[in-house]
Amino acid sequence: MDWLDVVIILVKVVVCFLLLNLLLAVVVWAERKVIADMQSRIGPNRAGPYGLLQSIADGLKLFTKEDIFPLSADRIVYPIAPIISAVPAFLAFTVVPFGNMLSIGHRHITLQIADINVGLLFFLAMGSIAVYGVALAGWSSGSKYPLIGAVRSSAQMISYEIAMGLSVIPVVLYAGTLSTRGIVLAQQHMWFIGAQIPSFLIYLIAGVAECNRAPFDLPEAETELVAGFHTEYSGIKFMLFFMAEYMHIVTISAIAVTLFFGGWMGPHPNFLVPLWGVLWFLGKTAAFVFLFYWVRASFPRLRYDQLMNVGWKFLIPIGMAWIPISAAVHIFDIRRVVLVGAGVIVGIIVLSLVLPTKKPEVLTEEEAKTTA
Amino acid sequence: MSDYYVNYAAVAVLGAVILLFGLGTFAGWALLRPKRWNKEKNAIYECGIDAVGEQWKQPNVRYYIFAFLFVVFDVEALFLFPWAITYQKLGVYAVVEMVVFIAILFFGLAYAWGRKVLDWA
Repeated sequence: MDWLDVVIILVKVVVCFLLLNLLLAVVVWAERKVIADMQSRIGPNRAGPYGLLQSIADGLKLFTKEDIFPLSADRIVYPIAPIISAVPAFLAFTVVPFGNMLSIGHRHITLQIADINVGLLFFLAMGSIAVYGVALAGWSSGSKYPLIGAVRSSAQMISYEIAMGLSVIPVVLYAGTLSTRGIVLAQQHMWFIGAQIPSFLIYLIAGVAECNRAPFDLPEAETELVAGFHTEYSGIKFMLFFMAEYMHIVTISAIAVTLFFGGWMGPHPNFLVPLWGVLWFLGKTAAFVFLFYWVRASFPRLRYDQLMNVGWKFLIPIGMAWIPISAAVHIFDIRRVVLVGAGVIVGIIVLSLVLPTKKPEVLTEEEAKTTA
Repeated sequence: MSDYYVNYAAVAVLGAVILLFGLGTFAGWALLRPKRWNKEKNAIYECGIDAVGEQWKQPNVRYYIFAFLFVVFDVEALFLFPWAITYQKLGVYAVVEMVVFIAILFFGLAYAWGRKVLDWA
């Protein structure tokens, strides 16, 4: 440890932070474009080519917005709640390995902000701390809609956190380590998605719910709760919540790639070392972020009791049952084929229970005309 | 310093960077934003009319029950992590023991389910 190591850490952290902010701007812009396309709209197209600068324009606009401080809001907690929300959202990304090693001279720089030996637990812990930001924001606003939104959000996030925690344990069983880098390295021969389809599906559903995204966006159901926990927030305070939300999407996608899809690994990992790996990682993560948009455009919002049912009566029992199954198969050395087969069967059950089986019997205008 | 502390130091540095970013944007915002205080404007949100009733709404008691269940099952998940790392060294005995542990919790969940604790209505 000499001064150069300190410089490397500082540079790594600052560069990552700036790139993450740039990434967030792109993710927000891409969401608006993709959703617009799925809804036959054009989406942002004024600021810059293809509206690329839209997020930056929105960010700058928020600097000129007045600070609305509700008279009944808490003097101290209300202004700091957005920061409490943003900090864990960014910190969760520290454990994501986005590439292997960068060798300059005899120095090896790991392409990861911090390779903590309990990385996966750290990620889950940051997800838990994010609940504080939401709960405190809703409570301190001194208004009823944020309060209801915050309570709903807390209950939802903690419920799905259990499902998420259970879904990552089979991966840990196989990798034998909690370090995210170690988990990626353990997937050199086979990505864990091969043997862990049920875990992956549970992780994905719980991940969407953790981000408070559609179809699990009840905390900010605009038809009933205005905007949920951030109703009373304006300007930069709102921006921090917004950034935290999108940062969660990026991190959940990145961890999904790390746990189930081999992280930075892909064909020809030795070409263009080490940036090739980073490209693979970014590509896979982008696919997951796209999945988030797609889910939002496709599914209607759940009712609150349905939301809790999916979490408690369905994801948690299956997650709990899958842990001993994977462990037994692993330790008794039954052929992996059996596990893959069982995984596919359980995966089909999961999907068949989640996906709507009946089509809604509402006719569109044209259908009504033709039938009438 | 070992790698162990270096990694946590990196986390702390990122935390500090975000804090600075938050405070910096707050400061910039304070310089740029208009300040026109108005009692009506700073009232809590209601769709155009004066807010009716208390600012505090009493949440449904079910949230409390779910919070309790969360504590039970989250601690369970926490126990599973160290087991998941070491079970290959501990052998069959550890697997059987963990199956028993999970089964007990499974029956706990089934009991709560049967008592209709998990039903929202």
